[in-house]
Amino acid sequence: MNNWPLLSLVTFLPLAGAAFIMFVRGDDKVVAANARHVALLTSLGTFLLSLGIWIKFDPTTPDFQLVEKANWLPQLNITYHMGVDGISMLFVILSTFLTPICILQSFGSIEKRVKEYMVAFLVLETMMVGMFCALDFVLFYFFFEGVLIPMFLIIGIWGGPRRVYAAFKFFLYTLAGSVLMLVAMLAMSWHAGTFDIPTLMGIPFPVSMQYWLWLAFFASFAVKVPMWPFHTWLPDAHVEAPTGGSVILAGVLLKMGAYGFIRFSVPMLPEATEYFTPLIYTLSIVAIIYTSLVALAQEDMKKLIAYSSVAHMGFVTIGIFAMTPQAVEGAIFQMLSHGVVSGALFLCVGVVYDRMHTREISRYGGLVHRMPRYALVFMVFMLAAVGLPGTSGFVGEFLVLLGAFRANTWVALLASTGVVLGAAYMLLLYRRVVFGKLVREDLKNILDLNMREIVVFAPLIAVVLWMGIYPSSYLNVMHVSVDNLILNHQTSLGKIPVQAPAQAAPEAAPPAAPAAPEASGAPAAPASAAEPQALTPAQPAAEGAQQPPTPAPEATTPVAAPPGGDSVPQAKQE
Amino acid sequence: MSGALPVMAPALPEIFLAVAAMAVLMLGVFGKGEEHPRLFFYMGAILLVLAGGLAYLVTLKGGVAAHAFDGLFVQDGFARFMKLMVLGASAFTLAMARAWFEREKLARFEYPVLVMFAALGMCVMISANDLMALYMGLELQSLSLYVIAAYHRDNARSTEAGLKYFMLGALASGLLLFGMSLVYGYAGATGFEQIAKVLGHGHAPVGVQIGMAFILAGLAFKVAAAPFHMWTPDVYEGAPTPVTAFFAIAPKIAAFALIIRVLTGPFGDMLPQWQPILVLISILSMTIGAFGALGQTNIKRLMAYSSIGHAGYALVGLAVGNQEGVTGVLVYLAIYLAMNMGAFAVILAMRVKGRAVEGIDDLAGLARTNPLMALAMALFMFSMAGIPPLAGFFGKLYVFLAAVHAGLYTLAILGVLTSAVAAFYYLRIVKVMYFDEPVEALDKAIGRTMSVVLTVSTIVVAFFFLVPMPVLRLSEAAAKTLFPH
Repeated sequence: MNNWPLLSLVTFLPLAGAAFIMFVRGDDKVVAANARHVALLTSLGTFLLSLGIWIKFDPTTPDFQLVEKANWLPQLNITYHMGVDGISMLFVILSTFLTPICILQSFGSIEKRVKEYMVAFLVLETMMVGMFCALDFVLFYFFFEGVLIPMFLIIGIWGGPRRVYAAFKFFLYTLAGSVLMLVAMLAMSWHAGTFDIPTLMGIPFPVSMQYWLWLAFFASFAVKVPMWPFHTWLPDAHVEAPTGGSVILAGVLLKMGAYGFIRFSVPMLPEATEYFTPLIYTLSIVAIIYTSLVALAQEDMKKLIAYSSVAHMGFVTIGIFAMTPQAVEGAIFQMLSHGVVSGALFLCVGVVYDRMHTREISRYGGLVHRMPRYALVFMVFMLAAVGLPGTSGFVGEFLVLLGAFRANTWVALLASTGVVLGAAYMLLLYRRVVFGKLVREDLKNILDLNMREIVVFAPLIAVVLWMGIYPSSYLNVMHVSVDNLILNHQTSLGKIPVQAPAQAAPEAAPPAAPAAPEASGAPAAPASAAEPQALTPAQPAAEGAQQPPTPAPEATTPVAAPPGGDSVPQAKQE
Repeated sequence: MSGALPVMAPALPEIFLAVAAMAVLMLGVFGKGEEHPRLFFYMGAILLVLAGGLAYLVTLKGGVAAHAFDGLFVQDGFARFMKLMVLGASAFTLAMARAWFEREKLARFEYPVLVMFAALGMCVMISANDLMALYMGLELQSLSLYVIAAYHRDNARSTEAGLKYFMLGALASGLLLFGMSLVYGYAGATGFEQIAKVLGHGHAPVGVQIGMAFILAGLAFKVAAAPFHMWTPDVYEGAPTPVTAFFAIAPKIAAFALIIRVLTGPFGDMLPQWQPILVLISILSMTIGAFGALGQTNIKRLMAYSSIGHAGYALVGLAVGNQEGVTGVLVYLAIYLAMNMGAFAVILAMRVKGRAVEGIDDLAGLARTNPLMALAMALFMFSMAGIPPLAGFFGKLYVFLAAVHAGLYTLAILGVLTSAVAAFYYLRIVKVMYFDEPVEALDKAIGRTMSVVLTVSTIVVAFFFLVPMPVLRLSEAAAKTLFPH
């Protein structure tokens, strides 16, 4: 088991399932049943296998783990290079976790062309997992774009009345952004002479070049996240997509953009990242406030949740670019949480849509009288979306705001209005759909959740509560990687000196000293955010210089070891 | 005789093809050509494959580059690669054509003969090492193509296509000849090596520059690159579908071989002069190919614009002008061959109740009525749009990589943006097949040849990413022979 190419197995197992389903022949009913079961078993198997990644994952190192490397296009120096670190590992799990849920959900709602649906979903899973594991530019792009084909078909074939428009919009928006990223990747690899992502992270690009590269990446990721004003494809795609498609779209595909920012823009283009941070802040705040207001006015449940996704992703982008450990960890946590919660909310909509075939909010009301279990489930996810303490949504938003507050008070202040607005539209939605009097005739016979639906929701609820009550299980995994990301970022910006070898200590000591007083002078961070103490190096050296320099007798470690001890930053590790 | 053989040995495949074509012609005229046309289609295809085998073997023996006919003719790794593609494409399109022509009651033995002569002309083009040989090959190919464009002679559209092709083709040949005479006048030689030697010393005279521009214009016409593309949609639409399939693949590859050889050989040192021209042609082709196809309703017209666009992408690699760029072009062409072969197999199989149809709407709901064919076509379309994991992505990757390496960022950025525009119409075909309800189902039986071609090209397009090396290695080796130093 130890030498198994675990990541490749997880990536390509769904593809094998899809190939198997393709060859299922016979009576339509039998084919549909077989396709469903094979798809469910495959995706469950993939999920269990992917848990192996988590088990084998070593959270004490920021290096890429479970690395697999093989020649692919040797003349061009393009390799099949897979690996995960603390940032990407959980997204792999998220993808494999949501896929079986979507497949199980579709048992009740997808009746036509079942075989193709299952094939599309399994191919989609391969692409998603592969994207998060890819450590080569071309391989990354290969999976990143490969997602478009199955998703295009899922929206277009099984979607709602305006599905064709939505599918085209989704495909072309994303493609137009991505192709620019491709050019940027080619340019970077030409400059660096390699397509290897870990290598590229350590290569300084000329600042004038960085701006263009950053904008090209931005074109792709801003559409994918989506950031305001590139978000208009999202409501269309969400509304028209079948429930399973919406879940994956909100749960995983939106994360691809933010993941791209963390993986490429920030570590590879630090100067440009800093230069464009105000732009990101502005767009994110507009996204948070404006799309929250738009969400308030929606009459379509799916559209409302879609807009809320844009707002929630605004928190994520703020967190990533605030570049403090809490903020980045919060952003990643928020992405995971949003993946589960928004996915679950779309499933909630799917439940009533399957029964009533409408998503209009005004067509519902008083569901609690007929569907108590549904009301409970919906409430949990609604509160998680609002960010109630004890649910996953709280931790992410709180960490982001906390981290952003250190980076920029105004941004944090404006962003926190989003929390209030978020509560407003979600509670309004819940009240209008679930509470009130049950007046509509056709609702009087609506049935509560059946066994299959409970099975679909149970793991989601468990995860939402787990993430809310004991977030450390997740934060510990990403902790070292995030510290390393930030340290590298600050180092390349010259805010802290490059870690000198032990022998060259005398010169390195004076500028390094300021790191220590910051640690003691920092306001006591709340308990939930206590781990990311490694933010010490983040403070500019100038600030520290005004403090009385603490004696640093052991100048051999210029960057003072944070209280966490074991996570000594390794700036030049890459 | 024994003394003459080694001199002609490198041209063995061409000689074989010439003799075979004439023999088939005689057999058709004096034998029972009218009664058994089917036999001739098979014969033609097999002979083309044999010629391809010869082309493969001849170079294998000859080493790096073998000349024949006093240096008029060269056989090298590049020629071998291109000939294999051209002869293979000709053979496959010929085999596919049979069933279609038989259904339309158009099967006559002249068609295979003409295709063989056209293929012969293409082989001469590919191996041309002298302006005279270039022109001979080009005209032999073109004249055969003019005739087969008008092959359906009782059909107004087909004859119109043939006439139009002939008129514009003659104009292009005129431009080419004029350019050649200018080059000859200033350089004093027609052999590629001699011209290269003359131009290698310092600045090229302005007459040669003008001549080169005219030659480039003439050749751009042959690859259907904008702004010399006007004939393409009309001819593609008017010609019988198997002829269109043939046009879209083999002659295009041969013309690309010619452009590559001319620009890297005799005009190799004039890169600064021809690069801007190629950049312009390439941008125009990509743009016109992308936007022109948006409003089309006829699938053959759409494929015409698509082929204009693809010519533009391939020219991106050539505009770079180094070995990497040419490798990119060759990879692109090889993948283009597979995609187009498959797409045209589907188009050839499009018939409703025995009647051939060519509207995009006729594909409606194909995913229901014939899921495998729809899947194959969808893969070809996504591949042409350059979406990974399909083969088309790698073709684009190669040429854009070369462009970025050479600093041609404008070209690369415009290229990727037009490919996003072009994605729209490729998606439209997928949409018609997958999202729309079937109106009138296409016939299910598509014939054995078609199934084989379709299966092979689907496998190539879908699984190229698993084993990309053979094609890449061959292309690289072929491009290397053009850049010996």
